[in-house]
Amino acid sequence: MNPTMTKKLLLTLLAWGIALIVFFPIFWMVLTGFKTEGEAVATPPSLFFEPTLAGYHEVMARADYLKFALNSIVISFGSTLLALIVAIPSAYSMAFLPTKRTQGTLLWMLSTKMLPPVGVLMPVYLLFRDMGLLDSQLGLTIVYMLMNLPIVVWMLYTFFKDIPKDILEAGRMDGAGTLQEVLYLLLPLTLPGIASTGLLSVILSWNEAFWSLNLTTSDAAPLTAFIASFSSPEGLFWAKLSAASTLAIAPILIFGWMTQKQMVRGLTFGAVK
Amino acid sequence: MRLTHALPLAGAATLASFAAHAETITVATVNNNDMIIMQGLTDEFEKAHPDIDLEWVVLEENVLRQRLTTDIATDGGQFDVMTVGTYEVPIWAKQNWLVELDDLPESYNEQDLLKPIRDGLSQDGSLYALPFYGESSMMYYRTDLFEKAGIEMSDQPTWDQVQDWASQINDPANDVYGICLRGKPGWGENMAFVSTLVNTFGGRWFDEDWHPEINSPEWKEAVSFYVDLMNNYGPPGATSNGFNENQALFSSGKCGMWVDATSAAGRLYNPDESQVADKLGFAPAPIAKTPKGANWLWSWTLAIPSSSDAKDAAKTFITWATSQDYIELVGETEGWTSVPPGTRESTYENPKYQEAAPFADFVLNAIQTADPTDSTLKPSPYIGVQTVNIPEFQAVGTQVGQMIGAALAGQQSVDAALDQAQRSVERTMRQAGYYD
Repeated sequence: MNPTMTKKLLLTLLAWGIALIVFFPIFWMVLTGFKTEGEAVATPPSLFFEPTLAGYHEVMARADYLKFALNSIVISFGSTLLALIVAIPSAYSMAFLPTKRTQGTLLWMLSTKMLPPVGVLMPVYLLFRDMGLLDSQLGLTIVYMLMNLPIVVWMLYTFFKDIPKDILEAGRMDGAGTLQEVLYLLLPLTLPGIASTGLLSVILSWNEAFWSLNLTTSDAAPLTAFIASFSSPEGLFWAKLSAASTLAIAPILIFGWMTQKQMVRGLTFGAVK
Repeated sequence: MRLTHALPLAGAATLASFAAHAETITVATVNNNDMIIMQGLTDEFEKAHPDIDLEWVVLEENVLRQRLTTDIATDGGQFDVMTVGTYEVPIWAKQNWLVELDDLPESYNEQDLLKPIRDGLSQDGSLYALPFYGESSMMYYRTDLFEKAGIEMSDQPTWDQVQDWASQINDPANDVYGICLRGKPGWGENMAFVSTLVNTFGGRWFDEDWHPEINSPEWKEAVSFYVDLMNNYGPPGATSNGFNENQALFSSGKCGMWVDATSAAGRLYNPDESQVADKLGFAPAPIAKTPKGANWLWSWTLAIPSSSDAKDAAKTFITWATSQDYIELVGETEGWTSVPPGTRESTYENPKYQEAAPFADFVLNAIQTADPTDSTLKPSPYIGVQTVNIPEFQAVGTQVGQMIGAALAGQQSVDAALDQAQRSVERTMRQAGYYD
C-alpha cells in the first residue's frame, strides 16, 4: 500500500471513529427508549434485549406530543425567518457600506451573548406580563429572534464580505436599485451561506431551554418543556426520559439529515475558494 | 408529520376546547411519582367536575421552584394551582402571595390532617396550602447484617449506639459500609440531615435575636461526630451522595444503616426496585441529647396563588386532590402502597393501608413527633425542623452546606469550616437587616 493510500485509510478510520463517538450518546438514548425501566439501568448495560414500546406509550399518554412539537416548529422557524429579515439588511450595510464604527457595532452585538440570561429574567418576565406575551408563541418567537440575531448577523456578514463588490457594482451599472441588488445578486450568490445560517438558528432555537421553560406554561410550551417534565430525581425513569428525548429530537434530526448537504456547503463556503 | 397535516389537527383541538365551555385551570406540579399518579387521574376529576378542565405543567423540583418563584414574585398569574414545599408556604403566605383557605367544606374534614403538617402550613390559624403528601426522616437498617453481628435494634436508637453498630457492620472489603448519610451540599440535601443532627445534639441555627450559632459547641460536636462517623464507616466519596445516590446504595445492599426520608420506605420495600426488600428494618431517627428536632418534617402541598383568576375552580381541585376520597381512589386504582402518605390520620387507620405498608406506624410516629414550632432544645425564633422559615435560608443553608461538605471531604477542619460558615451567615443576616 502506498503512503497516500495509508494516510487516506487512517483519516477515514479517524473520521468514523470520531463520528461514532459523537453519535454514540444519541444512539444509546434511542436504544434506551425501547427498554423497560429495569433494563435501562441494568449493569452491565444490555445491548440486546426485547424492545418494548411501553416508554413511548406512557410518554404519549402523559403529554400531548403534537402540541409541543407544533409549538417548537412554529417558534423556531418563525424566529429564524424574523431574524433573517432583520439581519440581511444590517449585514448588507455592514459588509458593503462599512463605517469606522462597524467593527465596534459587531463586537457590541456579540457582547449581548455574554450576559447570562437569568440576569434579565425578571425584567423580561415583567415586560412580557404587561404586554400579555407570557405563554404565547409570539413572545417566545421574539425572544429567540433577539437571542440568535447577533450570531445570524455575524455569519451573514462574513458570507457577504466574501462577495466581490465588483459584482454588485456591475449590477448597479445595469440599473439595479439596492433592493434588486440584494434580491437578484446578493441572495442567490450567498444562498448556501444564508441556508446554513438559518439552519443553525433553527437548531439553536429548537434546543433552547431556559427561556422556553420560564416564559411558557402550557399553550406555547415547546419540546424542551416536554422533555423537562420527564426528568425526575425520584425513581427510575430513564426509559421514559429517553423515549421523550428521542421524540423531541426526531424532527430536528430528520430535518438536519435532509439538509446536511446545504449545511456542510454553507459552513465550508468561502474557505474553499 | 408534515406541517400541513399538523395545522388542521391543532385547529380541530382548539375548536373542541372552545365547544366545551369549561373553565381551565393550570396546575404546576413536581414530577415525583405521587404527582404523576394525580395527573393520571385527571379524567376522574373532570368526570366529577365537568365544568373544570385541568392543564398540567409538570417539572423537576428545582426547575419548578425557580419557575413558580418568578411567577409569584412578579404577580404573573400563569398558574391557578402551585405545588410548594413546607418551607415556602409560610414565607409566601406572609407576602400575601397565597390565597387563605379558611372556608373549606365540611366534607373535607380539616381536623383529619396530621397536626404537625397542618401547623406548618398555617399562618395565624389559617391554612394557606393543603398537604398532598408528607414525610419525616427515619432509620433504615439491614436485619440480616444486624442478626449476623448479634445486634438488637432498640426502640429508640441513640447516635452513640449507631456509631457502635456501624463499626461492627462496616465491611469495606465486601463493599458493605456501616452507614450511609447525605453529603451532597445544599440546603435541601446535606443540610436537611445535618440540621436534624444539630437539633438533637442541642444546637440551633439562630439565637432569639437572629444571631447565627454555627460555631457553637453543639454544632462543633454534632458536625465532628458526623464527619468522623462518615470517614470511619461511610462509603467513599460521600460528599457526592444525596438522597437518590444513598437510596441507590442502600437498595443495592451497600449500606448497613441509612437515616433519610420516610418516603423512601415504599420503594425500598418493593422487591422490583430494591435488593434488600426482604431484609429491611425500620427504626426512628437516632437521638443524642434531646429528641427534639431529631427527625425532619417536609410536605409537598397544593396552594392557590393570589394572582389566579380561577380561584374557586382551583379550590375545588385542591380539596379534591388532598381529600380522603382521593386517597381512597388511589388505593383502589393504583394499590395501597402508592397512596400519598403522611397527610391524614384516616390513611393510617385504614386496615388496607396498614396491611400493604408495614412501615406505616413508623412513618406516622416520625411525622407526629416532628414539631416545626418547637424543634430545638434552646428556644429559637423560627419555625421549621430542618429549615428556617426566612427567605435568606436557601442561600444560608447552601453556604453552610458547602463548608460542611469541605470538612467532610477533609479539605479543612471542622472548626475552621464552622468558623467560616458562622462569618458568612453573620454577613448575610446583617445585609438582610436582621441586626446592625
